[in-house]
Amino acid sequence: MSFAGWGNFPRRQGELETLRDPAAVRRAVLGGGPVLAHGAGRSYGDAALGAGRTLGLRGLDRFLAYDEASRDLTVEAGVMLSDVIDAVLPRGLFPPVVPGTRYVTIGGMVASNVHGKNHHVAGAFGAHVSALTLVTAQGDVVRCSRGENAQLFRATIGGMGLTGIVTDVTFRLIPVETAFIRQETLSAPDLAAAMRLLEESRNRTYSVAWIDGLGKGGLGRALVFRGEHALRADLDDDQARAPLRTGTPPRLAVPFHLPAFTLNRLSASAFNELYYRMNARREGMRVVGYLPYFFPLDGVAHWNRIYGSRGFIQHQCVIPRAGSSAALGEMLALIAREGNPSFLTVLKLLGPGDAGMIGFPMEGFTLAIDFPVSDDTLRLAAALDRIVVASGGRLYLAKDARQDRGIFDAGYGEADAFRAFRAEAGASARFRSLQSERLGL
Amino acid sequence: MSGQRTVLVLGGTSDIGFAIARRYAEQGWTVLLAARDADRAERNANDLRLRYRGEAVAVAFDALSLEFHARFLDGLGMLPDTAVCVIGVLGDQARAEADPDHAAAILRANFEGPALLLGEIARRMAARGRGTIVGVSSVAGDRGRGSNYVYGSAKAGLTAFLSGLRNRFAGQGVHVMTVKPGFVRTAMTEGMKLPGQITAEPGQVGRAVYRAAEKSRRNVIYVLPVWRLIMLIIGHIPEFLFKKLKL
Ligand SMILES: Cc1cc2nc3c(=O)[nH]c(=O)nc-3n(C[C@H](O)[C@H](O)[C@H](O)COP(=O)(O)OP(=O)(O)OC[C@H]3O[C@@H](n4cnc5c(N)ncnc54)[C@H](O)[C@@H]3O)c2cc1C
Repeated sequence: MSFAGWGNFPRRQGELETLRDPAAVRRAVLGGGPVLAHGAGRSYGDAALGAGRTLGLRGLDRFLAYDEASRDLTVEAGVMLSDVIDAVLPRGLFPPVVPGTRYVTIGGMVASNVHGKNHHVAGAFGAHVSALTLVTAQGDVVRCSRGENAQLFRATIGGMGLTGIVTDVTFRLIPVETAFIRQETLSAPDLAAAMRLLEESRNRTYSVAWIDGLGKGGLGRALVFRGEHALRADLDDDQARAPLRTGTPPRLAVPFHLPAFTLNRLSASAFNELYYRMNARREGMRVVGYLPYFFPLDGVAHWNRIYGSRGFIQHQCVIPRAGSSAALGEMLALIAREGNPSFLTVLKLLGPGDAGMIGFPMEGFTLAIDFPVSDDTLRLAAALDRIVVASGGRLYLAKDARQDRGIFDAGYGEADAFRAFRAEAGASARFRSLQSERLGL
Repeated sequence: MSGQRTVLVLGGTSDIGFAIARRYAEQGWTVLLAARDADRAERNANDLRLRYRGEAVAVAFDALSLEFHARFLDGLGMLPDTAVCVIGVLGDQARAEADPDHAAAILRANFEGPALLLGEIARRMAARGRGTIVGVSSVAGDRGRGSNYVYGSAKAGLTAFLSGLRNRFAGQGVHVMTVKPGFVRTAMTEGMKLPGQITAEPGQVGRAVYRAAEKSRRNVIYVLPVWRLIMLIIGHIPEFLFKKLKL
């Protein structure tokens, strides 16, 4: 058997063992040899591929507690974000931070310290985690929070499963009046305009820009989407009939890996053109469901297969605000020159960092670009890396499949402190991913 | 609890039992989770209460203690509208061939225990004049195979028992449904090589059971329809050929 992350690159031979309760996690950790937690496998590269045994946590999927007064929900780490939303949205509650897909586990969200479209106002997911339970290298079951085992807590948020295995998580939900989003679409002729619009959206709850990486218009032609949780009064009659409706799973599915020729510069630029035109026509305010707003790609199951069996990578960096327009411009120019077929380029402004030791978010612009894997795109990605670190930025480990240790160390100031912490805790021998081997963690 | 329907899930800590329980809870039913491991049953019941805001209760229960069946049912304080039995163990065929105690344990857990319990529940439901019984059997009971005939024969017994129960109580308002799940990705099948196309997830079993038992009131279901065809073919292989196959 073999398995891989969402990008289908790289693949690893071996079994994914399913664990079903916390006691099984302890037994597995104490079983000898290196292990690694695996959630829903929605990280793109090799972060969730164990260098030894890979332990699937989807079987730890129970809700454990809910505190009405504080809105603190406690769930086992393998619970899917989609299950949380299905359970809490009908009660007028929503997760405080969600990534671009709801098919991730809560444990995976903690380990990656995921950011959402509201990072500039809400911070990353870890900021809303009040406590978690971790099985350490010695098999101890340790409760961590900002007050209790604070150092371990901090290292675990965004720690990519390298400090231990999280078995449950307590995080705070936010109240919402409806399951709808008041979405505002604005168009920007070029990168500078897109960046300015994101800056101006700092007091809005959600904001993100979709960039036409191959733009026939200006370089970095963009659509900016801003959103607020809609109030009852915002809904039309039809929507008001079921204001807290959770919605249904996808109907469309990509049945197998498409052959590589279906994806090329031509189809990608046709797609980009179409997407831009369709949405540019819809400029202005609309009330849309939370599913298409937050999770547009979840509507097509297995969409990662459109990139063919060689797989794809996502290059996601964050660049500090000072110097970001030059660096981003340089990156987009390079991509356009190389003519790479990127279907999806996303730009977002992150707020102040709250990242843990090796967590990703820091204040600045984050750019994410998908590339089908080829020798050319791997070379291009390495060239982009150099621009990123030259401007003081770094790459997101949850998306990474290929950066080298030099790039990582240049971007993460606490890299060595994290290594030392791991060594001291006995974690470096016990918790190992293909990524941690590559980065010398 | 007024007017709310109640389902008793026997084997409520198994992956399939829990998935069925979740489906009923989602539809607003009160769920009684009966299992040997009371702690685990309680954790599952707690999950149902939190997720679906309904009522869920864990009850300790061992299907193999035949003498306690009646007392267990009396102790529930009510007769559920639907009873679902997911009790069973796969066992180890090779060990069963050498160790009669192990073989007997497989026969009891898959046939004797569940059959006698469901028989008792059916009689009580018939006396009330209403009820639904769901027995989870197996495609392995459709034809004995060399690789697991102890388990398969016990399931064959259960399938026949359920069919008899259906026939016996049809006129008294008791509906009996037999479920043959086929391959399902569960703790029981962990580590086996399962063919993806004909393997179901526990959640699919939960949905299929609920729909078939409570909406369309089917008699016998295979969770993935393709299994009906597969078992039709396997069932029609002539014995002289079948005995030469390594199955
Ligand atoms: C379409 C799409 C959109 C995305 N959008 C965003 C986005 O907007 N923002 C963002 O931040 N991310 C985004 N992501 C990335 C995704 O949110 C993260 O990769 C997420 O962490 C994946 O969760 P998972 O459960 O699949 O974890 P996996 O991919 O299985 O694991 C990821 C890491 O978490 C560790 N881990 C998992 N469970 C545990 C546990 N219980 N204990 C300890 N460690 C654990 C693993 O060891 C691994 O290092 C997106 C991904 C996709 C596919």
